[in-house]
Amino acid sequence: MMKRFLLLILTLSFISASAQIEKELPAKPVPPKLVVDFTNTLADDQKAALEQKLVTFDDSTSTQVAVVLVETTGDRDIADYAVALGRAWGIGNKEFNNGVLLLIAKNDRKIWIATGYGLEGALPDIIAKNIIENEIKPNFKGNDFYRGLDEGTDAIIAATKGEYDAPVNYGRRRGSGKQGIPGIVVIIVVLIILSIFRRRGGGGGAGGLLFFPMGGIGHGGGSSSGSSGFGGFGGGSFGGGGAGGDW
Amino acid sequence: MSTRNIVLIVIGGLILLLGGCGCSGYNGLVQMDQNVKGKWANVESDYQRRSDLIPNLVNTVKGAADFEKSTLEAVVNARAQATQTKIDVTNLSPEKVAEFQKAQSQLSGAIGRLLVTMEKYPELKATDAFRDLQAQLEGTENRIKVSRNDFNSAVQEYNTSVKKFPMVLFSGMFGFKEKGFFAAEAGAEKAPTVDFNK
Repeated sequence: MMKRFLLLILTLSFISASAQIEKELPAKPVPPKLVVDFTNTLADDQKAALEQKLVTFDDSTSTQVAVVLVETTGDRDIADYAVALGRAWGIGNKEFNNGVLLLIAKNDRKIWIATGYGLEGALPDIIAKNIIENEIKPNFKGNDFYRGLDEGTDAIIAATKGEYDAPVNYGRRRGSGKQGIPGIVVIIVVLIILSIFRRRGGGGGAGGLLFFPMGGIGHGGGSSSGSSGFGGFGGGSFGGGGAGGDW
Repeated sequence: MSTRNIVLIVIGGLILLLGGCGCSGYNGLVQMDQNVKGKWANVESDYQRRSDLIPNLVNTVKGAADFEKSTLEAVVNARAQATQTKIDVTNLSPEKVAEFQKAQSQLSGAIGRLLVTMEKYPELKATDAFRDLQAQLEGTENRIKVSRNDFNSAVQEYNTSVKKFPMVLFSGMFGFKEKGFFAAEAGAEKAPTVDFNK
């Protein structure tokens, strides 16, 4: 009885501890989205319009511009928070690190543009600073958050356009499992062949074959069938580049 | 089977096991060592970036005719000192890293003091040139912070492995020494806050 009680306490404390960690940084949106508003500032159609624009840009360039609105970054400096969030969600691609995070801490009245490693050339800190000062701040001061984010992302897109091209088949990675099906078919075929061999008593070294089609299946994984059309973050990293401001 | 045979087999097994652990541990250490070196390169290039910004900062500030000479000179001297303190990447010992950090934190302090005196020159602060410089300095300090943290976690991972059994038996033999990391900043050594909005 005592043991069970202890186990219960242990489990509970573990759950609350992991909840604590999650509390620090918001969890990655499911299904994946590029525009995430934890403050309910934007109307649904505004979110959809922004999302649409950013997904289209991602599809053609593989550059991922994410817009995240939070209430506050707590004790953390917004620059630290932005790097941590960008890395945790993996905004941008692993290969190019071409992600941008436009982070708004609404109650702190702070803005930060975090630039992925691969975009520090196209979007240097000065440009990021100018985008905040010229496009975002004036609109935020007038309480027009949507316009600030819309014009801000336009300026980010204009600056980062042409830096990267989407790899071949990039847009297809969200093919809602279409790419996974051939892999499964191949495995089934191999299994059938194996079983035939086995019946004949010659199944010896054929086991290795089983691993060949696995690559095909991996591509299908991680895709989403969400209505947003965004294929998901690609594991990009951030190194502290970017600029900020407050309004 | 005689007991002697069994003892031999057990000894043989132990040798194989330890050897196996040593080998995979060795490979792991080589990898972590490379990781630490890579992260160190980032740290160095971020500090270099800051160092490259200083002539720009000095020139912008010089424009204000009566600007305190001594504050400017302190920055220039600290920069010269900091660029002289170079570390061989194959010897990232705790002493060397601490020495590097000290030289760089002197420069941080000098920049910080310069920026504080800037408060007296609102007309200079309002210029575009200065705003751009501010954004660059701020971004550079952030990059330094991130690359230092990344370096520290790489070193921590490496140091833990070096000291853990069974690698602790081999690390000395293979020349894997404990590496240094950046100590938490104490008051004066803190990176200058580049916030002119207040």
